[in-house]
Amino acid sequence: MVYRAIAHKQGDAVAVAIGDLAPGETIQVRVLDGASPLTVAVRNAVPLGHKVALRDLAAGQDVVEYGERIGRATQSIATGAHVHVHNVKSVRWSL
Amino acid sequence: MRLTGYRRKNGAVGVRNHVAIIPLDDLSNAAAEGVARLIPGTLPLPHHYGRLQFGEDLDLFFRTMIGNGANANIAAAVVIGIEPRWAQRLADGIARTGKPVEAFSIEGAGDLRTVERAARAAKVMLQDASEIEREPVEVGDLVLSIKCGESDTTLGVAGNPALGRAIDRLIDAGATVIFGETSELTGGEHLIAARCATAEVREAFMRTYTAYVEFIESTGADLLGSQPTEGNIRGGLSTIEEKALGNIQKTGTRPVQSVLAPAESPTGPGLHFMDSSSAAAEFITLMAAAGSVLHFFTTGQGNVVGNPVVPVIKISPNPNTVGTMGEHIDVDLTRLLAGEIDLDDAAARILATFERTVRGRLTAAEVLGHREFVLTKLYRSA
Repeated sequence: MVYRAIAHKQGDAVAVAIGDLAPGETIQVRVLDGASPLTVAVRNAVPLGHKVALRDLAAGQDVVEYGERIGRATQSIATGAHVHVHNVKSVRWSL
Repeated sequence: MRLTGYRRKNGAVGVRNHVAIIPLDDLSNAAAEGVARLIPGTLPLPHHYGRLQFGEDLDLFFRTMIGNGANANIAAAVVIGIEPRWAQRLADGIARTGKPVEAFSIEGAGDLRTVERAARAAKVMLQDASEIEREPVEVGDLVLSIKCGESDTTLGVAGNPALGRAIDRLIDAGATVIFGETSELTGGEHLIAARCATAEVREAFMRTYTAYVEFIESTGADLLGSQPTEGNIRGGLSTIEEKALGNIQKTGTRPVQSVLAPAESPTGPGLHFMDSSSAAAEFITLMAAAGSVLHFFTTGQGNVVGNPVVPVIKISPNPNTVGTMGEHIDVDLTRLLAGEIDLDDAAARILATFERTVRGRLTAAEVLGHREFVLTKLYRSA
C-alpha cells in the first residue's frame, strides 16, 4: 500500500503528509504504533510535512498528536482539512 | 564498531586533534586570527564577549571557555587576552587536563609582538600534536550530544525516532549523551520528568524547566515566530507543544541520569539533560564545553550549523531539504519517511556514519567551513 501520510498513535486527530496532498485525493494513512491504516479524503492542499485532520474537530477542542495535546482548535475543522496555525493554537504559550 | 580516537592525559577521548588559538575576549580576536593565519592548521575560536561580565554570567563565560579548551578534541591551546589575569585564569583551567597551554596578553606588547610570541608557541604545539596517533577506543569512552534544528514534522515522524533508536544503542554500549533545549520541551516536559532516574533528578529537572519558562513568560512577548520559528511553521509545525513532542523523540527511551547547569560536564555514562537555549550554535558550544566530542543534529528544513571543536553529523528525512540542500546532509533518511526502510535500518545508517566520523571522516559542516562558536550570555555586562 502507498501511504501518503503518517499518524503517530491510534486516536490522533491529525496525520503528517509525507508528500504534497491535493484537494479531492483519497489517501492511506500509516499509523506508527501498529494500528490499522486509515483512509481519509483530503479537502485542502496540504504541503509535505503539514497536517491533515483525521476526524472532525469542534472549535475549542484539543488537537491530539503523539497521543498528547498539541494545542486547541480555534475554529471547527473538518476531516481531511489542512490543520495548522490558522486553525490550531498553543495552549501553553498563547499570549 | 571499530572506533579510533585520541586518548588525552586526563583519560578523556577525542575524535579530532586540533590546536586551538583561544581569545579570552573580543579585543583579542584579531591577534588570535593573526596567529591562525601565520600557523595554518591551527583553529582560532573568535567570539564576542569576555569583558566586564560579572556574577553568574561571568562564571558561565569561564566555564564555557575553559570547557572548550579542555575538550578532548583539542590537543593543545594558545590563549590570548588583552589583560594577563583573566587570560591566565582561562589557561590554568585548560591546563588542569594536562594538555599543553600557554597564555599571552596584549597590553604592553601590542598585537604584532603578541602574535609573534603566540605563533612561536602554536608552531611547536602543532608539530607536537601532529605526532599524536589515533588508538582503538570504545563507545563508552565518548561523550556525545544531540539537538534538532529548523525542525519540522518530518523529524517527529522519522528523523528523531531514528536518532532516538541510535542513541539508545549508544547508551546501552556505555556512551555518555547530553540533550537539552529547555524551553523546547514545553508540552512534553512530563514525558522527560517521567524518565528521570530518581526523585531528586526529577525535582531538579522540573525546577530547571519551570524557571526557564517563567523567565520567557515574564517578558510578556508573543513567541510565535520565535518558538516555533518561521522555518518550523513553514515545515508544518503549528505549536510549541507539537515541536516539543517531536523534539523528545530523539532522546530515545533511556533514563535521565542528571540535570546539568549550562556548560557543566556529566560525571557518569547514560543520558543527561543540560539547561540550555535551543539556538543551535549556542547549544553546541555549550555541549563542547561539557565535553561532547561529537554532535548529532537532525534537521527538517535545513539548519546548516557546524562547530569548530566538535564534528556535527547532520541527519534529515525531508526529501525537499535533501534535494535542495544535500551538501549539508551526512545521513539521508528520506527512505525512512517514505516507509521504504524501518527504524532499525535508519538507526544503523546513523551509527555507520557515526563510526566513520569518529574514525576521522570529515562531516559536511566541517568541510563547508561551518565553525559557529557562540557563547550564551545571561544578562548585560557591567
